[in-house]
Amino acid sequence: MGFMKIDGFPVEFTDEPNVLSVIRKAGIDLPTLCYHSELSIYGACRLCNVEDDRGRIFASCSERPRDGMSIKTNTPRLVRYRRMIIELLLASHDRDCTSCVKSGDCDLQRLAHRLGVASVSYPAHKGHHPIDFSSPSIVRNPNKCILCGDCVRVCEGIQGVNAIDFTNRGTYATVAPAFNKELAKTDCVNCGQCRVVCPTGAISINTNIRPVWEALSDPDVKVFAQVAPAVRVAVSQAFGGERGENVMGKIVAALHRLGFDEVYDTTFGADLTILEESKEFLEIFEKGGPFPLFTSCCPAWVKFCETRWPEFSKNISTSYSPIQMLGSVAREYFADPAKNEGKKILSVGIMPCTAKKAEILRDDLKRDGKQNIDYVLTTEELITMIKRAGIQFDKLESEAADMPFGMGSGGGVIFGNSGGVMEAALRTLCEGPDRPAIEALRQSGVRGPGPLREFTFNYKGNEIKAAVVSGLAEANELLKQIKSGEKFFHFVEVMACRRGCIMGGGQPAHAGKRTKEARKSGLYDSDINTQIKKSNENPTALAIYDTLIKGREHELLHSHREK
Amino acid sequence: MSRLVVRPETEIQATANSLHFDLERRVTGAPPGLCPLDLASSYLKVYSSQTCGKCVPCRVGLKQLEKLIDDLIEGRGDMKTVDLIERTAETIYASADCAIGYEAANMVLKGLKGFREDYIAHATKGHCVAEGFQAVPCVHLCPAHVDVPGYIALINAGRYADAVRLIRKDNPFPSVCAMVCEHPCENKCRRNLIDDALNIRGLKLYAVKNSGHVPVYREGEHAAEATGKKIAIVGGGPSGISAAYYLGMMGHSVEIFEQRKKLGGMLRYGIPAYRLPREILDEEINTLLTSGDIKVHTEVSIGGDSYPLSKLRSEFDAVYIAIGAHTDKSLKIPGEDAEGVMSAVSLLRRIGDDNYPDFKGKKVVVVGGGNVAMDCARSSVRLGAERVIIAYRRRLEEMTALDEEIRAAEAEGCELFELVAPLKVEVGDDGKAKALWVQNQMISFIKDGRPTPKAASHEPVRLEADIIIVAIGQGIESYNLENVSMNPRRGTINILDSEQIPDMDGVFSGGDCVTGPATVISAIGAGKIAAANIDEYLGFNHPIHIPVDIPAPVPHNRPACGRVKLRERSVDERIKDFSLVEESMTAEEMIQETERCLRCDKFGFGTFRGGRENKW
Repeated sequence: MGFMKIDGFPVEFTDEPNVLSVIRKAGIDLPTLCYHSELSIYGACRLCNVEDDRGRIFASCSERPRDGMSIKTNTPRLVRYRRMIIELLLASHDRDCTSCVKSGDCDLQRLAHRLGVASVSYPAHKGHHPIDFSSPSIVRNPNKCILCGDCVRVCEGIQGVNAIDFTNRGTYATVAPAFNKELAKTDCVNCGQCRVVCPTGAISINTNIRPVWEALSDPDVKVFAQVAPAVRVAVSQAFGGERGENVMGKIVAALHRLGFDEVYDTTFGADLTILEESKEFLEIFEKGGPFPLFTSCCPAWVKFCETRWPEFSKNISTSYSPIQMLGSVAREYFADPAKNEGKKILSVGIMPCTAKKAEILRDDLKRDGKQNIDYVLTTEELITMIKRAGIQFDKLESEAADMPFGMGSGGGVIFGNSGGVMEAALRTLCEGPDRPAIEALRQSGVRGPGPLREFTFNYKGNEIKAAVVSGLAEANELLKQIKSGEKFFHFVEVMACRRGCIMGGGQPAHAGKRTKEARKSGLYDSDINTQIKKSNENPTALAIYDTLIKGREHELLHSHREK
Repeated sequence: MSRLVVRPETEIQATANSLHFDLERRVTGAPPGLCPLDLASSYLKVYSSQTCGKCVPCRVGLKQLEKLIDDLIEGRGDMKTVDLIERTAETIYASADCAIGYEAANMVLKGLKGFREDYIAHATKGHCVAEGFQAVPCVHLCPAHVDVPGYIALINAGRYADAVRLIRKDNPFPSVCAMVCEHPCENKCRRNLIDDALNIRGLKLYAVKNSGHVPVYREGEHAAEATGKKIAIVGGGPSGISAAYYLGMMGHSVEIFEQRKKLGGMLRYGIPAYRLPREILDEEINTLLTSGDIKVHTEVSIGGDSYPLSKLRSEFDAVYIAIGAHTDKSLKIPGEDAEGVMSAVSLLRRIGDDNYPDFKGKKVVVVGGGNVAMDCARSSVRLGAERVIIAYRRRLEEMTALDEEIRAAEAEGCELFELVAPLKVEVGDDGKAKALWVQNQMISFIKDGRPTPKAASHEPVRLEADIIIVAIGQGIESYNLENVSMNPRRGTINILDSEQIPDMDGVFSGGDCVTGPATVISAIGAGKIAAANIDEYLGFNHPIHIPVDIPAPVPHNRPACGRVKLRERSVDERIKDFSLVEESMTAEEMIQETERCLRCDKFGFGTFRGGRENKW
């Protein structure tokens, strides 16, 4: 608690961890390249330097606010130094901006422009590092790296994966996987959080736009898409709309314009996941173990568990993730010559997630050696395609998703939030259309702040102990406690990305506090506006059990991973 | 894996550490005359190898600075480059996260200030201001430019008298310097690159101890033909005698005017006999006076109404003023006029005239940390003092006295009190000093390269004292020298680089009265310069040349080898008298030490240019 003076104006501070937060609270957007409120403080970019009343210069991110402090944020010296620091960064950066994947969305570019760097005093730098295309999810271009360390810190601190770190010392420092291995050969879980925080084009999404676009214009190929729940609340802003607004109707319209023959809603798949997973859970629950059952929707979590906690991998539900559910039944659906019109079928998932690009390649999810999904495009790639095609997104009329897989329940929609899978699963355990029970579940603790939430649910007089956790480092801690017996749960939902899929690695970056909140409530509000709340009340989902997949649930809806 | 593990030093780290020490020695032995930009660029490379790579200014900035300086060195830069270097260094200095970065930038900023001329020369003309040759380090650093490798070779060959003659070509005082020289020649000895500097002064002592009497002229040699020119030298110290010696050789008539009873200046009235025995000093001076027509007038003061400088000037063709720095600085504290409080100069002057005071049973406090303070303290021990304290304002590390002097004083029982500043002298009813009260200090910020003390929150401390000797530096005599141009702040005489006093035709000056209290060898060097320029002023060009052939080097001296130290007489014995403390090397030691000499006159650039100058 106290007061400090910022550029002559008194500003009150309370529990801000550093001077930078107080400055930003005071409405001054001090530039930074290495500061993220959720990551550890690093102090590398030196752009947030401020000057105190004795002329001393210090990095505001690394200094605690003190009562009576008086600082200036924009003296001529500071401005000069900041500009020069940007120049120095540009001097060691592959400055080929025009053809950079990040052009227009690059923090370094933006800051250079904002700080008035009209020319760079130092000679241009020629990148000599090879670009790593090995991962299906992520491309690493070290020549664009400015060593802010954001990716290293998110991978270590938030995800607990440590796939990448600083290598080599000093001037020759780079960020790379251990022993300079290809990313694909590491424990990288493909979550893409590194690319979300990367301010430049050093880490980007391994894009599949090109083959999809080619298929779209191929008259012999029938291309269908499915759109994941979290995608619909993360597109609007890119086209000048409200943050967090659900624009599913416009996305469907845009995909139709792009040439997709059918556009389905992954929410349908989510309902199938819930139907199968809750069945699986009840079996185990009645059998009395083994506990806990872990959710299987998040491929980054599944890989993390397999590599770090192999002893728990048999506890992961075998039910397909929603994308696989829809992919699998749609494949079955299009096997009918009347449906495929003699064309090749191409199945595309529009996902908030980079790890899904890896998930579709998994052997245990293939049937007859064939992938259920051919390509995954992230939300970012979808936005790119819409822009590239010149579609005026904001002027589109909403369209409904196509049947028979265009309809999902409210439970399916909230999948995109951390806690959503658990809530949807437990909803199906509520008897009948019991509004108060659904409301009680909502209030039980399954929603709420923080990366870890533990709560109980009463099922027919029995207590189900449940937990939802997001962020793999947090999940790792929880697993330790489960392993040691310190904690016990029947059912655990894990999502690799903090806050769930709405903050997935394929979502548009630069999502601040307000955007995060808006995306979350965007999904919860959609649930409110849905007539069908529970997955087991989605008539279109229930219908296929009697037709398309009758008697083949296990073959079509479950991974054949070793149990 | 264990929670904590023992990590012995790896061979890699051990080797790296030893390379760090090698670098330290290499920096110590850095030859003079390097391109300062090349140096800055090379240091930057070293410094940027230490960066961790975290913060932008250090990781990227240092490399860019290095490239920019290289651009200047290689002729690709202009004044814009200099400006960019400065702006970049300032940014790094202000914004780097830790000292690895900001101090590296500070190094560049210091250079931009200290050798800006070189930066500008590179930017505008594409080359250094510095001269393009590498001098022989020892010769270059000696203010008199004595042919060090030459005389070391002669000593090695057993030709001690030739060694003395060769030294006298540039420095008339081999015996004096063998005992009291501060040996700047050793500072950048190239031998540092292998192990340690040669003990050059020790070798010189070996030469003078073994040479026997060496007359100025060998048979058949004599001074140049008389020129009929008369030169007055004011001050019979090392600088005046040196000038007289060479001017005598050149055939001029020289008259030395000395204020005190005997010649020698600070050699006699500043340096105690246990460091420079009087008989050796007398013998050396007497020999030097035989170089030509030299007359000596003692107990004559020049200046003021009795003998104004203008009168002297009118009687002589040229005048050399080398009056030294003999007045003391006082503490300006209460009680300083009490009986028992004395200045270092007055004590040493008394001893110089063989008038030894008796300190038997007395408690002595010497205030100061220079060589003069050590001289006073060590003399006090020999005068019978019961206890001697050396009180110094700063720390031992800041003492300007030579390390060996401080060590010797401690060995002889003097107690060092660091970080105390005199407050007042406690005076008894009898008017005699009883104690020195001091205020404890704490060391604080570094100004002009030296840490400065400031008063600590501490009660004053009483140091019991019958005798208090003030040795805090000297000023030059406040002569009335009429139109002589003076530096008002330092109280020294202003000169041109020819040593001529501005606007005073034919009047030259050098030594302590120009530099402030300095070393014997710099005073001697000044005398040599005066002789050359007075000779030229009078319209002559008498070269000083002593024909001695120098033995060829034998390249057999690469293995690293320790530096021979001079032994000293045992403390018990030496504190009882004023005889010489140091002992000469043995023949065996002399051979080993002379063979360590790398003969930079013959190897490296010295073989081509900047090596030997046979005459001046």
